[in-house]
Amino acid sequence: MKPVLVARRLSVGYDGRTVVSGVDVLIAAGGSVALVGSNGSGKSTLLKTFAGLLAPVSGAFEVLGRPIAAASTDVAYLSQSHPNGLALPIRAIDIVRMARFDQRGRFSRRRPNDDAIVAESLERMGVAHLKDVPLRDLSGGQQQRVFLAQVLARRASLLLLDEPTAGLDATGRAAYLEAMAAERERGAAVVTATHDVGEASSCDRVLLLAGRLIADGPPNTVLTPENLLATFGVGLTRVHDQLVVTEHQHHDH
Amino acid sequence: MGSLIDPFLDNEFMVRALVAGVLVSLACAVIGTYVVLRGMAFIGDALAHGVLPGVALALLVGIPTLLGAALGAGVMIGGVGLVTKRSRLSSDSAIGLLFIGLLALGVVMVSSSDSLGTSLEAILFGEFLGVDNTDLVVQAIAAVVVGLVAVWAARPFLLLCFDRDQAKVMGFRADAYHRLMLVLVAGTIVVSFQTVGSLLVFGMLLAPAGVGALVARRVGVMMLWAALTGSLATYIGLLLSYHYAWAAGASVVLVAVAMFFVVLLITSFRARVGARA
Repeated sequence: MKPVLVARRLSVGYDGRTVVSGVDVLIAAGGSVALVGSNGSGKSTLLKTFAGLLAPVSGAFEVLGRPIAAASTDVAYLSQSHPNGLALPIRAIDIVRMARFDQRGRFSRRRPNDDAIVAESLERMGVAHLKDVPLRDLSGGQQQRVFLAQVLARRASLLLLDEPTAGLDATGRAAYLEAMAAERERGAAVVTATHDVGEASSCDRVLLLAGRLIADGPPNTVLTPENLLATFGVGLTRVHDQLVVTEHQHHDH
Repeated sequence: MGSLIDPFLDNEFMVRALVAGVLVSLACAVIGTYVVLRGMAFIGDALAHGVLPGVALALLVGIPTLLGAALGAGVMIGGVGLVTKRSRLSSDSAIGLLFIGLLALGVVMVSSSDSLGTSLEAILFGEFLGVDNTDLVVQAIAAVVVGLVAVWAARPFLLLCFDRDQAKVMGFRADAYHRLMLVLVAGTIVVSFQTVGSLLVFGMLLAPAGVGALVARRVGVMMLWAALTGSLATYIGLLLSYHYAWAAGASVVLVAVAMFFVVLLITSFRARVGARA
């Protein structure tokens, strides 16, 4: 089976500036990778590059053996913010229906299958009862669930999620983790940019980023105090999936 | 009752004005909806004012004012793109620079020509009551073209309103659709400025679409509300203009803006009552 995402010696950035360099990744169907790093470490830039929103500075990557331009229907992307989207006078269900637009082209009507997928996606994120509520009338956490439902409705092979648990309460977070497990079971690969070590720990692999690749491997071997110090610039240690500050990098005492 | 209908039965120019206003309302309803949803009000305003030097140039050299207005709008869109690309200025700074530069150029051109002085009022405030059948045909064609393009690009346009990045990820050429949307905004303004004027056409883009945004839960319904609001504002504005000798274009836009605030009051009141219940 073809790997879902393969990147070789990938360097990413924008405006001529390299943000992260030397990334090699291979993600198989059903695999998951967490991109972990502080603000500005390059997590979102890497994710945007995988989504085809930024051209690589150097190196290359492929989705299902194809360049990203030829694989758009296989990719779902959750961005950190939707500057205009929140003001739209449209219902939650309309946001999720957008996920099926490229499957149907410009004119062809939605099929029963599309409606079933949309309804199921809303249900999985626990917002089916809010489907007719305008997006702007939902709370931040409810909106995030709707955006995640949109990602699910893509039925994509590669899910690229930027801070997916931002604003979610415990129930929303549980629904998200359950949905991602089901997506991986279905054969989708998931790449998540996150600050959340608990979320990162649920992935197969963790890439620690700080302008370069600090470490790459299973969570238990990567999330060590030494690596976290190199990544975040402060001493951190994992305690029950939470990061606790233990010391600063330039501790004088 | 007669005072509500007779002005249109007795005067052909009033009927033409009504038809022109409804056609402007239809085109502005579609494009204004996207302007409101995408937060493009500033570029819309800049385009509406940026046509001034183009129209002045057209009057000076004796070419159709539509062509001149299109030229002005083209310079505005191209200039904003160029400044944004070549400098580190944000797009609203680029729009502001081009906007004020073109407006100033237009005023200089008008003020330096004796023959243009009397045309300035017509450029800024339009000639609602002076539209002829040719103007109506041009506006009808524009309304149909805007409607057809909006239907053709409905899905990518909606995605653009939601999130430009999402449109790109789904394989739609988001930048091309963005440019198409700008061309439609410019085209609507260029065609409509002869009726309501370059200063007031912006009001017809924003106010009816604003009403739609207050009451609608779907983009298509929002456009419908905007079209109804614009058409009703045209009818009421023309009546006010006829009976009280108010400037026709300004009356129509004033009514449209007043309707927005009335609907805002009603929706706010209903929301407050709903929250207490």
